[in-house]
Parts: sequence; C-alpha cells; structure tokens
Amino acid sequence: MESVFGLVGKDFAIVAADTSAVHSILVHKTNEDKIMILDSHKLMGASGETGDRAQFTEYIQKNVALYQFRNGIPLTTAAAANFTRGELATALRKNPYMVNIILAGYDKETGPSLYYIDYIASLHKLDKAAFGYGSYFALSMMDRHYRRDMTVEEAIELVDKCILEIRSRLVIAPPNFVIKIVDKDGAREYAWRESIKDAPVAAA
Amino acid sequence: MARYDRAITVFSPDGHLFQVEYALEAVRKGNAAVGVRGTDTIVLAVEKKSTPKLQDSRSVRKIVNLDDHIALACAGLKADARVLINRARIECQSHKLTIEDPVTVEYITRYIAGLQQKYTQSGGVRPFGLSTLIIGFDPHTGVPSLYQTDPSGTFSAWKANATGRNSNSIREFLEKNYKETSGHETVKLAIRALLEVVESGGKNIEVAVMTKEHGLRQLEEAEIDDVVADIEAEKAAAEAAKKAPSTKET
Repeated sequence: MESVFGLVGKDFAIVAADTSAVHSILVHKTNEDKIMILDSHKLMGASGETGDRAQFTEYIQKNVALYQFRNGIPLTTAAAANFTRGELATALRKNPYMVNIILAGYDKETGPSLYYIDYIASLHKLDKAAFGYGSYFALSMMDRHYRRDMTVEEAIELVDKCILEIRSRLVIAPPNFVIKIVDKDGAREYAWRESIKDAPVAAA
Repeated sequence: MARYDRAITVFSPDGHLFQVEYALEAVRKGNAAVGVRGTDTIVLAVEKKSTPKLQDSRSVRKIVNLDDHIALACAGLKADARVLINRARIECQSHKLTIEDPVTVEYITRYIAGLQQKYTQSGGVRPFGLSTLIIGFDPHTGVPSLYQTDPSGTFSAWKANATGRNSNSIREFLEKNYKETSGHETVKLAIRALLEVVESGGKNIEVAVMTKEHGLRQLEEAEIDDVVADIEAEKAAAEAAKKAPSTKET
C-alpha cells in the first residue's frame, strides 16, 4: 500500500516513496519512481491514482518551467506549492485529480521547505508529512524521532526507521522505496531501498 | 485611391500583399541581428540601441530562450516579438507534455513560421513585423542548426545569416568570410559581422552563445569589449601588413 513521506532537515529536505505500481491485488512493478524532480531545486512526491499522478505532476512541471522562461527567474517553492494547490482546487470543482502531493524545495532566501498538498486542495507548510497507508507508521516514527536540526545522516536513519516500520507493520507492505534529497546543490536521487528486484526476463 | 493596402492583407491586382511588404519594411528598419552556426557553438548577436542614462539596460533583452536548448533573436517590432515569443514558449512546454520529447529546432521554427503565416491570411489582424533567427541543438542528434523566419511565414535553414538594418551588407560579409568554425572563433565571426554595420563596443551589441552542454549564455559587456578589442587589433595588423609592402615598392 502506498507510502509517500518527507521531512525537512537542517539545510535540506528529503522525500521518500514506495515504488510499487499496484492495481487491485496485483503488483505490476516495484520500480515505479513516484518522486518527480520538478525543477533544479524542487521535488514532488505524489501518491494516488497512477494516471492522475503522472498527468498532474507533469502538467505542473511544464507550467513551472514556462514561468521560468517567461520571467527569467524560477518560482519559489512556496509559489509552486500555491500554484499546485490552485490547480487542484480548480480541478476539484470539475474533474478532480486523485493525487496527494509532498512538495519539497530549496530556496536561496528561505532555505529548505516542505509542503503538504492533498487532493481536496488543502495546503500546509510542514516540517514532516506523509500520505498513504504508510503514513500511519511514518508519522508516528517521525513524531518520536524528528528534530528540526537533523543532519543528512540522521534524517536518512529516520527515513530508514520509517521504511522498516512500514515493512514490518503494514499488512501489504511495499517492498521497495526511493529516497530523494534537495539542498543548495539541487534536487537529486539519494538512494534506493530494495528488498526485492524485478525478476530478470529469461532469454528467449 | 487604391484601397487594397488599407484593409487587411488582400492581394493587390499585380499580386502583392502590401501589408506583408510593409511588415518586411519594418524588419528592414529594425535593429540588425546576426546568427552564426559553428560546429559546437551557435552564436546570436544583435545591435542594441543605446539605452538612455536612467533606463535599466537589462530590462530590454533581444535574445531570449524558448526552451533550454533553443534561443531566438529578432529584428523588427519589439512589441510583436513578445507575443510571438510567448506563444513559442508555450508550444515548447506543450510539446514536451504531449510528446515527452523536447521540440526540435525545425519543429519550433515551423511553428513560429506557421503562426506568422496565419497572420497574413486571417481577418482583422495584421502580420507580425518580425523576422526571427532561431538557433538550437537537436535534442536527439545534437546537430546544431540556425533558421530564419520572416513576416510572410517562410522559413529557411542557414550556416550564417543576418536580418534587420543593413542585413544585406552583413550577409555579404558572411558570404565572403564564413568558415566552419568552433568555440571562440564562431563568437568572433558573429561579432565581426555585426561590427560591419554597428559602432564598435560592448555597449552597442548584445551577444549570446549556445553550447550543447551549457545551453544559452549571454556574454557580459566586458567580455564583448575584449572580443571587439581583439578584432580591432587584428584589423589594424592586417591594415599595417597591407601598407608595408606597398611602401617598399615606392
């Protein structure tokens, strides 16, 4: 079951997500990347309907890029979060996107930040956030161990604790996770936590 | 009096579209723009009207990015350019959203030319008073290219070309001096071409260099001044070399 969560550290933000593409009782793949690198300094972790997730995050990404070309400066994380919320709110009254988003970014002026945006278009600026069935475990774990001034190593340790808890307590736990980080040097993939690999295709 | 040239774009009895020809005239009166295609770099250089003392010179940009790998410079009406540039930028993102891949230089040129053509054949509109130079690297093959469009909506590919004020003399210069260049040599050729019709100095020109790895980079005024000084020194040396043997003969 889906798990997307993130937290803000000392001078960085981290987003982690499971990588299972599931339909009904079937797992289609276990290496689906649910965290989009929105632009050079933003991460967008999304859970929800697979199609909506791809469609909506790409739409936001292209609009953020368009803004940058038109104005010569990138959107701040706060601006991107508010824009995303606005798009969800507009869609909500027509044909809603079933996506929940954790948006993390780094701005020169304000440092790292993290935003919680759900499919009914609520927006919160938080230090830690989680979506999906994994959120029950990730949130508890982060409530217990989170500190505002964590180093990258400490934060990754906490993320690993969350993953371990999800894997051991959730009925249908996703096997694999991806962790991404954003800091002053930009947004990038940090690590994968894989307990199974997709079976290699036998040569014909 | 004849009225064909007063309404929208309609044919005159002798087969001309006056509005389009007037638009071309607006281009000929506009600032000069030069584009030179090198092997690993493409350079755009435009003439800059001297900015008034109190104006922020950065607020007027004539070379702009359409996407990470595509840039555009234009000659003609600046106000029209903003509309065209905006439409092209939207198309770049829209293309990426639907096709996944970024636009090719040819595609976006065709799109811009198509837009310009539409404005010569629709009711109640006037043509864009713009000629554009579009440069970029093909996102798949990495091949550099340079295109030009004009108000009628025709487009063509070039190794090096110029448009705007005195573009004919710049083109002649380029035809005489064009060599397949790379890196700094390409920048120099573009600036030398522009200096044919523009007063020298970084204050009067704007230069942008595109490479496959780093995308578009606008040169600083000081950098341009350096290149201009280089070119002038070379010119003076050539001049001296020309004079020297003639003095021997006499």
